[in-house]
Amino acid sequence: MTTYIIRRLLYTIPIVLGVLLLTFVLFTVVGGDVSIEIAGKNATPETIEEIREEYGLNKPLFLSWDSQFINHFKSALTFDFGRARDRELVVDKIKRGVWPSLALTVPMFFGVLIISVSLALVVAFVRGSAWDVFAVVVCVAGMSIPYLSFILLGQYFFAYKLGLFPIFFSPDLSMAEYVALPVLIGIVTGLGANVRFYRTVMLDEIRSDYVRTAFAKGLDARRVLFKHVLKNAMIPIITRVVLAIPFLFLGSLLLERFFGIPGLGYLMIEAIGSRDYFVINAMTYISAILFVIFNVITDICYGLVDPRISFD
Amino acid sequence: MIKRRLTNSEQPKGRSLWQDGLKRLGRRKLAMVCFAVIVLYFLLAGFIYFAELIDWQVGPIRWQEEVGGAYEGPSSQNKFGTDIFGQSVLRKTLYGAKISITVALCASFISIVIGVPLGTIAGYYRGVVDEIIVWVYSTLSSIPYILLILAFAVVLRDKTLFGFKLTGITSVYLAIGLTSWVGLCRLIRGEVIKHKEREYVLAAKSYGCSGARIIFRHLLPNVFHLIIIDFSLRFVAFIHAEVILSFLGLGEATRPSWGVMINDARIELSRGVWWQMVAATAAIFFISLALNIFGDALRDAIDPRLRKAA
Repeated sequence: MTTYIIRRLLYTIPIVLGVLLLTFVLFTVVGGDVSIEIAGKNATPETIEEIREEYGLNKPLFLSWDSQFINHFKSALTFDFGRARDRELVVDKIKRGVWPSLALTVPMFFGVLIISVSLALVVAFVRGSAWDVFAVVVCVAGMSIPYLSFILLGQYFFAYKLGLFPIFFSPDLSMAEYVALPVLIGIVTGLGANVRFYRTVMLDEIRSDYVRTAFAKGLDARRVLFKHVLKNAMIPIITRVVLAIPFLFLGSLLLERFFGIPGLGYLMIEAIGSRDYFVINAMTYISAILFVIFNVITDICYGLVDPRISFD
Repeated sequence: MIKRRLTNSEQPKGRSLWQDGLKRLGRRKLAMVCFAVIVLYFLLAGFIYFAELIDWQVGPIRWQEEVGGAYEGPSSQNKFGTDIFGQSVLRKTLYGAKISITVALCASFISIVIGVPLGTIAGYYRGVVDEIIVWVYSTLSSIPYILLILAFAVVLRDKTLFGFKLTGITSVYLAIGLTSWVGLCRLIRGEVIKHKEREYVLAAKSYGCSGARIIFRHLLPNVFHLIIIDFSLRFVAFIHAEVILSFLGLGEATRPSWGVMINDARIELSRGVWWQMVAATAAIFFISLALNIFGDALRDAIDPRLRKAA
């Protein structure tokens, strides 16, 4: 087990290096020298030179111990991403944004998970009936409506027309207040694809022999569904759940933009608007690291829930 | 009763995978309706290209024209009302089809051109080449998809690469295409590894066929249906990605696009102006629905092994 985990962690090293190489190529080689953009329209050549100096843009790209390439690796491995366009440390910005983002995405995630897994169990149980067809139709229709429209209509009806929720973030609101409506909208949007996915998973299980046996020995439906089917459907569920966790830290780009929630999604949108490569670079790198780590955790979880999988 | 041999013309004709699949698909009424909808969108996009090419001043081409005052509601004259500049929302929506279809087609093309050869090479030759390709796509897939697209789109926007200035939708489909070949590559690689050990490939090898010949004549035709299925299912994702990128201001800036229309609608809704929003949403909804249903039906028809429990 321990050797497996260590080996699995060693496999992540090339991936992390790959991500660093990609972000370097993207933001430094293709992105190019941004000092003129940072300095603004009326900057003197001296200011531009100072900015180049500060961000290290005057150094050679490769082939030197003090090259931009080496510095990119150093700064990423020490999680020191420098300053954003507005002179604030990128790390501080991210630390500030992570809590509102989590407050939005964590309830959303569990809401979607619990509702869609239970709905999928029910739908799989009544498979082939009119209800099943109806559920699939609703799911596919829900998947086809653009995410943006869901948010826009939800905001319009529930916040603007009915006044049940605040329309926009303001500092004097409590977190629960400004997060409530976005969470609701997020759950509704996520249901379509998730119910459909879990339904397929459950159907694969419900057709197996052990389910027939369980029914044959007279167990009631609830017991079969929750004790037998759900347990066996755990592998695909765990994969989906654990791999979704890194995304929770990213917040939701669109929801945060619409409701003005000052999370990481909002930070990202701002960075896109001002072409702030330093922030985008940091976000890309951190999310990739999280993804790689949770990938390892998924693999370990498999072993915990499924004794058939061994770590050799 | 005397049995006699069936003559050639009497023998039941064998059907190829494609004939069989298409026949099965044809029996599904709903899938055919969806196919018609998809064809309609493509024809519309093609028609707009054609009309622009010969400078034929039909409705959607003249989207810039003022057809009424600002924010006029739907009327018999302007079926979907007008926007802030008095431009017809209907014309803008129709024109948006061209942008969306172009982006989705070009992005699919790029991802197939990158994904299929890499997947085949990795799966067929294995070894170091395989490891490098797997490393590249593992790296790409460890960055959240939306973030990766955004990063590409931000960096590529208004850049000059190899003498080409990347404006508007060019950077959008490059960003989507360069990031989304991973899934296809992984799929093809896995399938090629499986097929490599099959008898027909071994037979071809024993005849002394070259690697290139085996790949092009034997392997690719046998995995080709996967490319088609993947294409039809991924098209929806590309259309939605284009909408989100345009909405975030990374896409088309000067011509109407569904994402830009929804972005405009953010402010309009509070004034009770809902038609631009509804028109763009409906346009996206119908093509997505048609593609979702048709893609599933296509997969069921030509690859029964992948058939989802129905």
